[in-house]
Amino acid sequence: MSKELVRRENTSAYLFLLPSLIFFVGFVVIPMVICIGYSFTDANMNSKTNPTTFVAFQNFIQLWQDKTFLGALKNTFLIVLVSVPTVCLFSLWVGSAIYKLKGPVLSTFRCIFYLPVVTGSVAVTVVWKWMYDNYTGILNYVLSRTGIIENNINWLGDERFALWCIILILFTTSVGQPIVLYVSALGNVDHSLVEAAQVDGATNSQVFWKIKWPQMMPTTLYILVITTINSFQCFALIQLLTSGGSGTNTVMYYIYYTAFKMTEQVGHFGYANAMGVILAIFIGILSAIQFRLAKEK
Amino acid sequence: MKLEKRATPYKVFSIIILVILAFLFLFPLYWIVTGAFKTTADIYAPDPQFFPKEFTLNNFERLFAKRTAPAWEFAIPFSAQFSASHQPIYFSVGPTIPAAFRWLTNTVLMAVVAMILTCITASMAGYALAKKRFRGRALLFSLIVCAMALPKQVILIPLIKEVSAMHMWDSLWAVILPTVGWPFGVFLMKQFSESIPGEILEAARIDGASEAKTFTTIVVPMVKPGIGALAIFTFINSWNDYFLQLIMLGKSSNYTISLGIATLQSETSIDHGILMAGAALASIPIIIVFLIFQKYFTQGITMGAVKG
Repeated sequence: MSKELVRRENTSAYLFLLPSLIFFVGFVVIPMVICIGYSFTDANMNSKTNPTTFVAFQNFIQLWQDKTFLGALKNTFLIVLVSVPTVCLFSLWVGSAIYKLKGPVLSTFRCIFYLPVVTGSVAVTVVWKWMYDNYTGILNYVLSRTGIIENNINWLGDERFALWCIILILFTTSVGQPIVLYVSALGNVDHSLVEAAQVDGATNSQVFWKIKWPQMMPTTLYILVITTINSFQCFALIQLLTSGGSGTNTVMYYIYYTAFKMTEQVGHFGYANAMGVILAIFIGILSAIQFRLAKEK
Repeated sequence: MKLEKRATPYKVFSIIILVILAFLFLFPLYWIVTGAFKTTADIYAPDPQFFPKEFTLNNFERLFAKRTAPAWEFAIPFSAQFSASHQPIYFSVGPTIPAAFRWLTNTVLMAVVAMILTCITASMAGYALAKKRFRGRALLFSLIVCAMALPKQVILIPLIKEVSAMHMWDSLWAVILPTVGWPFGVFLMKQFSESIPGEILEAARIDGASEAKTFTTIVVPMVKPGIGALAIFTFINSWNDYFLQLIMLGKSSNYTISLGIATLQSETSIDHGILMAGAALASIPIIIVFLIFQKYFTQGITMGAVKG
């Protein structure tokens, strides 16, 4: 290609990219840079009366001594450690159980498992709050009628149960997308390989783990990454169900709380941003580990 | 293949479990819908009514009466300059309507505008990324992938500062613009645009079609399924993006339906009837949209993931 042609190709490409880039740079890249920048300052909401100063790593040092933050970090990791494997295994099982069903049946199942995502976190939370209710909740009714529990349990007010209740809701709202992905990945598995293995007398589970599973590795990796991010971001459930009480504080909620709710130092943006940076680093590390593990296999 | 068709005990067992699970997954939705029409006595009955015998619109009536909003408001031009709070002064026009209708209108407006803007910008950018060789392409693409892996919520605090500096905080634009900026759409449209054969584009160029013409008459028709998938995906996601709405919207008449219901919940945490009516209003429209466009949606999810 001549130089003139290259130049024209470049210009037209940039023109096509321009509208999207304005939004992407303006509302994703710049905030990201600002976020990192703020995390080294004591920026706050009343920056007019209280000028922003550079404090280097003070926010980060303070965070490691902040008991609330460490508790929130522990809860966040617990949520991730429990929900990621269960979501992946569950959706793999559902996916492999339904992908061979007839079209309408398959899409009905897929729809049903996707519905909690579409319903929206607020509507889902509102109804679960009622189902968990101490007096009029259906959960207590069913469990006490069947004799599993004797007295009503205050699910969301009890430190032993609250976090698990939230993980359960998170689970129901997380499996939809992985199931859709697994169904399509299983449908795309190379059938000649499967048939060849069956002719050679491989059992169903051998076919699954030796032939289908390796071919689905990219899908599994993607599911692991999105579920991890999703679990880290768990916010609406916590804000609406417990407001971070009864031992359910998470980093995402604590960021919100520090920035908008904390009573004595409201709008402590610098501190909140430092948490955001730490969260992003953890997600980055976890994603990298998952990539590495998937590559090795 | 005959081997697989046989109904082994394991298969029967797994179907039974699946059906039970499906009912459990449907139950919250069933509970919202029936709860919205239950009488107060039924809602607080010690034995929950699984199949309500009486239906009432009372919950909706109370929801509509609880909060009202003017049908339309105008901000007085430049009023922010001299008002005490530096916020524009509004005056209302038209009748007072239940706030829930305002919230629904806001949500639909927001989701539709976000959807249209995302589809236009993302289909253009996706085409350029997939089919054009330009300097900085690899860098831009890896930046987009990295941005997708980062938690969106982390950048929300700087976003508030930015949006307030642009005097857009507490308006629907504050929710729409960051949604459009999210690069998933570009990524998805790049995946769809990869399948356009290069020869067709080359032929169009030789025939003397301009870039704009090539895009509108050749590229857009070919990536239509992708645009459909992206449209429905953006619509549902922005409808349900509660956190963004929570921090970007300030006054009640600007609320979206999710935010409105969430606010009602913190005010009337014990009135389940009103809340179920609200939850039904927030979720039923979007579920209907989802069921209609389900096929596109599934395609969008799958295409966004493969070759990731």
